[in-house]
Amino acid sequence: MSLETVHTDPEGYLANRDDWSEELAQELATSMGVSLTEEHWKVLNTARAIDAESGSSPGLRKISKRSETPIKAIYKLFPEGPAKAIAKIAGIPKPKSCL
Amino acid sequence: MKTILILGAGTAGTAIAHKMRRRLSNDWDVAVVDPSSTHLYQPGLLFLPFGDETEERILRERGSTLGKGITWHKDAVKAIDTEQRRVELVEGEPLSYDFLIIASGTEIRPDMIDGMMGPGWHESVFDFYTLEGAKALQKALANFEGGRLVINVVEMPIKCPVAPLEFAFLADWYLTKRGIRDKTELVYATPLDGAFTKPLASKTLGYLLENKSIRVETEFMTGEVDSEKNLIRSYDEREVPYDLLVTIPPHMGAGFLEDTDLADELAFVATDPHTLAAKNAERVFVIGDATDLPSSKAGSVAHFQADLMSENILRAIEGKELEPTFDGHSNCFVETGHGKAMLIDFNYDTEPLPGQFPIPGVGPLPLLKEARRNHWAKRLFRLVYWHGLLPARPIPISPTMSMAGKQLSAAAE
Repeated sequence: MSLETVHTDPEGYLANRDDWSEELAQELATSMGVSLTEEHWKVLNTARAIDAESGSSPGLRKISKRSETPIKAIYKLFPEGPAKAIAKIAGIPKPKSCL
Repeated sequence: MKTILILGAGTAGTAIAHKMRRRLSNDWDVAVVDPSSTHLYQPGLLFLPFGDETEERILRERGSTLGKGITWHKDAVKAIDTEQRRVELVEGEPLSYDFLIIASGTEIRPDMIDGMMGPGWHESVFDFYTLEGAKALQKALANFEGGRLVINVVEMPIKCPVAPLEFAFLADWYLTKRGIRDKTELVYATPLDGAFTKPLASKTLGYLLENKSIRVETEFMTGEVDSEKNLIRSYDEREVPYDLLVTIPPHMGAGFLEDTDLADELAFVATDPHTLAAKNAERVFVIGDATDLPSSKAGSVAHFQADLMSENILRAIEGKELEPTFDGHSNCFVETGHGKAMLIDFNYDTEPLPGQFPIPGVGPLPLLKEARRNHWAKRLFRLVYWHGLLPARPIPISPTMSMAGKQLSAAAE
């Protein structure tokens, strides 16, 4: 599944989370102007792990604590807005409220 | 004597205590641990800042909210030992249990944000999630003569996720009544990408913000409150100035859960989303705001969970398999100001849909739509809370979500 063939919702989040792969994440990141380093992956994998265990897109503080990456540093890694960028690249739903 | 020990006697703890007391024989001690001598009706905190609710009406002696046959240990929890099945208390002797229910809720942690509890705390910076904060805010609003009123959700998850928006709507109404709405700029700053984040709500409810001239600052992750300059600063260096800041600080689970195997980084207990059993310990269940579940941290959720959890605890006592019955059902009134409110009803998989919500004996209430009937239902709910929810008496709403009355086609459009 590549960026051309994968289904996304109108906001650009993966429609089907099973479509996610590391290669697709690379492509998604590149399309958003982010070049993935080991630090990025630590944050992305943490977000994916939390989503898998709790069924909800995690907030930045929880990602920050678990990945031992300060929030300030997460902003440097994803300067265009980490909450949405992490969700998009990690293939998890966007952080939402109940309404 | 066997013991069901319940940590916390808030909405969830009190309801499940009554459920279990009714379902179990006298061979069982049903006991709650809670250090506070009063029970607070938390939905009232939304109205108190505007002078529409009083402390007397939303506060009761805890003893009066706990029925006969429920033991109350007025003490704070120090630690849980799930191996020994024992709970250590701050003052009293440790308590043993056969089954443990964690109902210790969540609390705001303004101390986690730089500067929030600085010189401006309860001077120009207020919360309304505590009685103390809501009372202080009532005074500040009464003296407010216009300027920038900023409502800031610092991060998710929070209790009653719609309350900050309701506060903005009610503030618009209050300021209009006082004749100073045109002198006030209302700003809603949120870490999410909109005030409404579910597809249908963002499509259909945007008019509320437009009509009420509420400016929304999106993806604003507050890093700091600068109460010298009266502004909040985000991690990406954006600044939102305020004359009066109403903050919804970060939330965490109870202190005794921090850094334990039971809980996550925010001290919320890892919980099975459908059986409500704790994931990392035997004979432990979790209810209400204390869970790490994506269901709303709301009173209705605690009520539905109590219904379903009581059945699962009986199964556990009998050595049977637990049933995955909880579906994330939540049912909330959303005040929109000027005497109107919406009703929303949803679960893990179904977003709030329009339609009519049938309540036997009460009649249908409009869903996802403003109506005066919903406002009065919300105001009357206080009585249902004290006399129905807390004593866990039957309420004519199913604990799992029903599609009856909902317009499915709306979601597809």
